[in-house]
Amino acid sequence: MDIHIENLRKTYGNQAAVDGVSFEVRAGEILGFLGPNGAGKSTTMKMITGYIGIGGGDILIGNRSVREHSAELKKHIGYLPEHNPLYEDMPVMDYLRFCAELQGVPRHETTTRVHRMIRQCSLDAEKHKKIAELSKGYRQRVGLAQAMIHDPEVLILDEPTTGLDPNQIIEIRKLIRELGKAKTVILSTHILPEVEATCDRILIINKGHIVANGTAESLRRQAAGQEVLQVRIEDATEQELRLDLSLLPGITTVTPVDPVSGRWQIQAAPGSGIQRSLFRLCVDRHWVLTELIPVETRLEDIFRNLTLN
Amino acid sequence: MSSVWVIARRELASFFDSLIAYILLVLFLGFSGFFTWLYGSDIFLVGQASLQEFFSVAFWTLFFFIPAITMRLLAEERKTGTIELLLTKAITDRQVVAGKFLAALLLIAIALLFTLPYPLTLATLGHPDYGQIFCGYAGLLLMSAAYISIGLYASSLTANQIVAFLVALFISLFFHLIFGVLSNQFSGGTGQFIDYLSLSSHFESMARGVIDTTDLVYFLSIVLAGLLLAELQLFKRNLD
Repeated sequence: MDIHIENLRKTYGNQAAVDGVSFEVRAGEILGFLGPNGAGKSTTMKMITGYIGIGGGDILIGNRSVREHSAELKKHIGYLPEHNPLYEDMPVMDYLRFCAELQGVPRHETTTRVHRMIRQCSLDAEKHKKIAELSKGYRQRVGLAQAMIHDPEVLILDEPTTGLDPNQIIEIRKLIRELGKAKTVILSTHILPEVEATCDRILIINKGHIVANGTAESLRRQAAGQEVLQVRIEDATEQELRLDLSLLPGITTVTPVDPVSGRWQIQAAPGSGIQRSLFRLCVDRHWVLTELIPVETRLEDIFRNLTLN
Repeated sequence: MSSVWVIARRELASFFDSLIAYILLVLFLGFSGFFTWLYGSDIFLVGQASLQEFFSVAFWTLFFFIPAITMRLLAEERKTGTIELLLTKAITDRQVVAGKFLAALLLIAIALLFTLPYPLTLATLGHPDYGQIFCGYAGLLLMSAAYISIGLYASSLTANQIVAFLVALFISLFFHLIFGVLSNQFSGGTGQFIDYLSLSSHFESMARGVIDTTDLVYFLSIVLAGLLLAELQLFKRNLD
């Protein structure tokens, strides 16, 4: 099921939490939803899942509006809310069975579904324990298991890896990748490397507006606008280098990083073939090119640039 | 309907898991048994094969116990955030409210079921009026339903269980006592109207063995009003 969001709005009091957000997610895609705290991520997710009403605009899931068909659509949505609330007094098995029954899983399938989720989320050793007794990593698995128990086509995960240790994060990430195949997944997070590891596409939201939408690569390209290279050229003097480098076609800036060892940073217009012309230059002058490193803008920088205005 | 039952079953299980159910049963049976059979104007002192004394003790004990049962029903879900989980499942707000109401009512019904030895004992001692006893039990159940729905509404207002308990007790107190007292202060139509609002007068007439449709309408209206208000309180999250 595809999700289309059109000009979505929500105001709390006189503060706009979500202010004209439009995007779409296709079936089989994992969308990373990024943004600083209070940007409107959770509010948007709550509206998609039908927990809170839509302020303005519309959400279409599989061409049906959440406004009118919320009750019917809830069957197709799996939701892991922020902070992963669970009924702590229930044993894992009972809890999953309860969720399956509420989501309208047919009676004769309930047991097989519960067992499948327990196996997929590696909860076998914990299945008779009360949820209150579980460690944070296992609780998160239970949260994922309850969200997936009815095999939903849409999966909404609000910060699924907060508070986990690095090993657990990698496991949960793997689990989401595995379980999220052929589903439409929206995942919000603060952890930037996580988006790159898990998501097909990134959406950055700030103060209720979308400020970026694309793959990690395309965001980098947009943000950089320039091709940036760090080079080290030996057997050349500083003056020679400064003059000759700045004459290369397409070049915009030449800055010495460490002139003694011959390290320079150069920026050029994208697509000007700067690497090739640089190599030719070195060959012509009998210089030795010992380093040629493309400098990528880090996702963190892009995030800060977009959300700190 | 089946979703209502799924929710009710979970709530009922959680009453028994958290000891609330056992404490309620022990206290309720202890109080009512003590005053019905052993102390005060008990059956042997009065010398009549009647459960009047039991009904008036239960009338007060349930009044205090029911807010303690209902206070957590929605307030706890708000506090822990599980309400978000529950309301994003494929069920309606109404089913959630109905399921929780049903669970509390079933718990009270179980407590009342445990007092069945009272009328059975009475039957061996004399010739009780079975119609009256039946009406008395029906009255207790209807009264409990009314207070449960008030308690459920109070629980929907807040994330704090103590607040929910006190609000429920406060609203219930009007029906239990204050309207009855107030009605004596007014004469004519106003007095009659306030007397109609008093739950105790409706309960007493049922405990005497009379089931009137006005009593039934009265109890069912409180139940419906409480449940609808609770549902409305859940619905409020949809508004801007």
